[in-house]
Amino acid sequence: MRIVADHDVCQGLGTCEAMAPDYFEVGDDDLVEILDEQPPETDRTFVKAAVDACPVLALSLHD
Amino acid sequence: MSEPVRRLVIVGASLAGLHAAQAARAAGFDGSLTLIGAEQHPPYDRLPLSKSLLVADAAIEMPGFHEFAELDAELIAGSPATALDLAGREVSVGAVHVSYDALVVATGSTPRLPWPSAMDQAGVHTLRTWEDAVAVRASLDGGARVVIVGAGFIGGEVATAAQARGLDVTIVEAARIPLERALGAQIGAHWSGAQERAGVTLRCGVGVGGFAASDGRLTGVELEDGTVLPADLAVIGVGAVPATEWLRSSALTLHEDGGVICDATLSAAPHVYAAGDVAYAPSALDESRLLRTQHWINAAEQGALAGRNAVQPDAPEKLASIPYFWTDWYGERLQFVGILSDTMRVIRPASAGLIAVYLRGETVVGAVAIEGRRYIMKLRRMIVAGANLADVEALVQ
Repeated sequence: MRIVADHDVCQGLGTCEAMAPDYFEVGDDDLVEILDEQPPETDRTFVKAAVDACPVLALSLHD
Repeated sequence: MSEPVRRLVIVGASLAGLHAAQAARAAGFDGSLTLIGAEQHPPYDRLPLSKSLLVADAAIEMPGFHEFAELDAELIAGSPATALDLAGREVSVGAVHVSYDALVVATGSTPRLPWPSAMDQAGVHTLRTWEDAVAVRASLDGGARVVIVGAGFIGGEVATAAQARGLDVTIVEAARIPLERALGAQIGAHWSGAQERAGVTLRCGVGVGGFAASDGRLTGVELEDGTVLPADLAVIGVGAVPATEWLRSSALTLHEDGGVICDATLSAAPHVYAAGDVAYAPSALDESRLLRTQHWINAAEQGALAGRNAVQPDAPEKLASIPYFWTDWYGERLQFVGILSDTMRVIRPASAGLIAVYLRGETVVGAVAIEGRRYIMKLRRMIVAGANLADVEALVQ
């Protein structure tokens, strides 16, 4: 499972960081930084919830 | 041990309802899932309605939720729920009765309408539904002279869209200081200064008396001081009330404003949960305080929690998150987390990107940032963890 962020779409709203701060952080460029692109399978549910929660659909999960 | 939930019904097919449905399926619920929505559309996201949809030349596409199709859910659309029978575990949708084992109430808000007859005039709109947004967009595309009633967040976002197109915009606000209830007087006044810096006229401390029209079309907004503001488009953004008229005759406990009173697991009654704009729940920062918030992330998070708890009633989770909202005006972002208090302290000056915190004693209970995008979520975590003033000052140095 791999997390992908689209920086052309990201608006740095931070809902991903709110839900999964171990994986997402609004960085110094005010856009999302993926802290660990390949979460273990055991984290899928809450990582997916954070990905799905992005208000502008800047995140996706790829298997 | 409760009996298993085989039928989950969610009243409200918008953001909170969708997240409730998703969370129920993610929790392993494989029973019957029904969403009931007042609008004649599959679930869609309201977020773009005051933002990207109003931008000149943006594609006019309904912001549907692509996940809805994957949920194996029945949708009863275009029919609002009309009653709830708690004892019989049944929702009425007109003459149709829908039985449930577990219920999530997620019916959202309806805009306050102090001038109901004004809505008969072309050019007068609230901004809540897709249809509202399409009409406002058409009006902006047509070069309307814009008057916005209410200097709140929706008003500011519509003003932003109109100003970006070079249109004539006036905002009328009855309160002396806009956004005092949302941000406190100092920050409310400071943030509202953005209007005049952007060339938008802001009239505070004066109410709207009525709307002038000719041939059924708006011509002007009449203020209580006698001024008439010429206008082709009036957007009314003076707040919203919980859409819970249908629950008035039920046995649910409602707040004075119509909100549904819940506990920290979002349970309103046995087998019944509420989420989003309708729900009062104890604040994660102060359980003695009931909060009802109308923010996007609240609907998403509470929807998910309610949906999950509805199908796992023996192991409910408590609401642990705190409010967060954001708004983008004239290219600047304001973000707020937590709750207000009477004690506000600026910890980074406006010249460097304002950050201020709200204190209860030495404990930080809320924070606001203007262009503080890299800080605000860290502040939110710190507030949940019980940070004090020294902790947050260290973060932003």
